[in-house]
Amino acid sequence: MSPTAGTIEVNGLKLALRRVGRGKPLLFLHGTDGLGEWPQLLDRLTARFDVLAPDHPGFGATPAPPWIDDISDMAYFYLDALAALRLSEVRLVGHSLGGWIALEMAVRATARLHSLTVIDAAGIHVKGVPKADIFLIDPEEQARLVYADPALAAAAAERASAEKYHAAAIQNRIASARLGWQPRFFNPRLERWLHRIDVPTHIVWGAEDRFIPPAYAAALHRLIPGSSLTLVPGAGHLPHVERLDRVAPAIAAFLGAKP
Amino acid sequence: MKVMCFHLMPYADLDPGVRDKYRSVWLVLPNSYFDPEKGASLYNRYLDELELCAELGFDGICVNEHHQNAYGLMPSPVVMAAALARRTRQCRIAILGNAFCLRDHPLTLAEEHAMIDVMTRGRLISGFVRGVGSEYFSLGANPVHSLERHQEACELVVRAWSEPGPFAFEGKHYHFEYVNLWPRPYQKPHPPIWCPSMGSLETIEWAAHPERKYVYLQNFSPTESVARYLDLYRETALRRYGYEAASDRIGWCAPLYVGASDAAAVDEARPHIEALFNLFLPKLSELMFFPPGYMSADSLQRVLVHKRGHRGGARIEDLIERGIFICGSADTVRRRIEAAHQRMGFQEFIAMLQFGTLPADLTEHNIRRFAADVMPAIKSLTDKEYRGFELAPEPAQ
Repeated sequence: MSPTAGTIEVNGLKLALRRVGRGKPLLFLHGTDGLGEWPQLLDRLTARFDVLAPDHPGFGATPAPPWIDDISDMAYFYLDALAALRLSEVRLVGHSLGGWIALEMAVRATARLHSLTVIDAAGIHVKGVPKADIFLIDPEEQARLVYADPALAAAAAERASAEKYHAAAIQNRIASARLGWQPRFFNPRLERWLHRIDVPTHIVWGAEDRFIPPAYAAALHRLIPGSSLTLVPGAGHLPHVERLDRVAPAIAAFLGAKP
Repeated sequence: MKVMCFHLMPYADLDPGVRDKYRSVWLVLPNSYFDPEKGASLYNRYLDELELCAELGFDGICVNEHHQNAYGLMPSPVVMAAALARRTRQCRIAILGNAFCLRDHPLTLAEEHAMIDVMTRGRLISGFVRGVGSEYFSLGANPVHSLERHQEACELVVRAWSEPGPFAFEGKHYHFEYVNLWPRPYQKPHPPIWCPSMGSLETIEWAAHPERKYVYLQNFSPTESVARYLDLYRETALRRYGYEAASDRIGWCAPLYVGASDAAAVDEARPHIEALFNLFLPKLSELMFFPPGYMSADSLQRVLVHKRGHRGGARIEDLIERGIFICGSADTVRRRIEAAHQRMGFQEFIAMLQFGTLPADLTEHNIRRFAADVMPAIKSLTDKEYRGFELAPEPAQ
C-alpha cells in the first residue's frame, strides 16, 4: 500500500500529511532531514495501524508559519493537529527531532495518546556527553556518521553530497535551526517534567549512535516512569533504517501488534 | 570627502602552520595559539597606529567586532573605542560595527556607546551589523532570528538614544519594562548610524528608508560590487522611497597600501595582503559563514551553489586588478580613488592601512605616505567631481 498525500488545515496552516493503513492511528514525527522517502518502518505497520506522517511546519511541503518559533509552539501545534484530526488512542512515534516534539507533546497532554515511542530522540541534555553539532559538520560527513555500517555510510555520503544544495535540504536545515539552534536540540526544562508522561513509553536507540549517544537513552529511560528500552546493536542514529529487522518487530510488539 | 582609517587588529603573529591543521582560524582554532605577551604588543601597537592617524588629520578612526578568531581581535570594539576616546581630541571614533542583535540585552551596548559619545563630546559613529555567520556559533544566537532581531534591536537602541525615558519597549524578541538610558548620547538625536556590509539587499533597503537614511558602507569588495551596491542605495532611495540620496550616505572601505613606487608597493604588501586572504580568511567554511536562516533559503542556495566562501589562493595582482585591494605609488592610489569616486560619488572613504601580517614599520610608512600624499587630494573631492547618478530604466516585467 502506498500512502495518500494530502493536507489538513490546523490553525489556518495547511499541514502536508501522508496517510495509509487501517486500524488505530499512529502518528510518525520525522527528524531534522525531513520525512523524505516513505520510511520502510511505516510500511511494516500499515497492516495494523492507520499511519499518518506529516511534514513538520517549515519542513518538506508544509510552510513555516510565523507563529512557530520554538519547540513549545511545535508541541502545541501537534496537539491541536490531533484534535483537528479527531484522533484518539494515538500511537505517537518520533525519531530524533520528531522524538523531541513527541516528548514535549506528552509532558503537556496525553489525553489523545495511547503510547509514546521515541527513537534516538533529541530534547534533553546529559552533562558531559556532547551531541554532534549538525550545523558544523558537512552534510557528507554527517551522512557518514549517521550509520554504523560503513557501506550504508558511504552510500549515504554520496547521496548527501549530491543533495546538499537542493532547496529542500536547505529549507530543512533552516527549519531545524529554528527549533534547535540554541540550546542545541534540547529544552533545559523538559527533563523536569518527563515524570508527567503517563502513557506506556518505549525508547528505541542505536547502540552506536554518534549524534545522540546511548547515554541519552539511559537518561530518558530513568526519567520516564515505567518506560522500556530497546538498545539496537549495529545501528547508529537511524536504527529503524539500519536495523529494520530488529526495530520493526520491537516497535510492533510494544504497540501490541504482530509485525 | 571624509577619510578615515579602519583597523581589524588581526593576530598577526599567528603560526601559519595552523592553516593545514585546522579547518578554520575562526571558532575552532584553539586559543592556545594566542600568546597574551604577543597580544599585548599587538594591541598597543595597533592602538598607536590609530592614534597616529588621528594626529595626522584623518577624519576618523574605526574599529569593529568579531568573536573567537585570529582574523580580528576585537570581540568588544567598545573597549578599543574607549581606549581611543581619551587619546584623541578631534577625530571621529567609529565602531563599524557592533552586533546588537547577538545580545539578549542590546541596551548594554547602547549604554556603552552613549558613554563614549558623551566622553568624546559627540565624536562617536555607531555601526549596526548582524555579525558574520560564525558569530552565531560563538555567541549561541539563533541565525534564523538574526534579521528580525537585528531590526528590532536597532529600533530599540535608536529609541533608547532619542526618546525621553523611562518607556516600555514591546517587541517580539525584546521586551523591556524600563528603557531609560543614563547617560543618553551627546549627539542629537543620536550618534550617526552606519551599516557596514559585504552587500546585502535587505540592509540597503532598510538603511535607505527615509526615516533612517543611515550610511551604507561597502566593505572588501571588487570594484564592480562596490559600484553595484552603492548605486543600489541611490536607486532604492529614488525608486522605492522617492528621494535623492546624498553622497555622504554611502561609503567604501578597502585595504590599501602606498609605496614609494608601484613596484615597491606590490613587493612590500604582497606577503601581508595575501596572508589576509589566504591565512585569516580562507576555510571560513560555508557552514560557519552561512548558518541556516542567516539569509533566506533562496539567497543561501545561491551563495552555496556559487561557493562564495573564501578558498584561499588569492594573489596580490588579482586583488589589485579586481579593485579589492588598492596598492601602488601615492599617484596610483590617488588616481584609483578619484576614478572610483567619479563613478560612484561616495563621500566617505575608509582605508584599512594595516592588513594581515603587515608589520609595524611598513604600516607606519603606509599611514604616513597615505596621509601626506593621498589624503589631502581625496578629501577635497565633492559631488562636483562625481559624474552623477542616473536611474537605469526599470526592467520590463
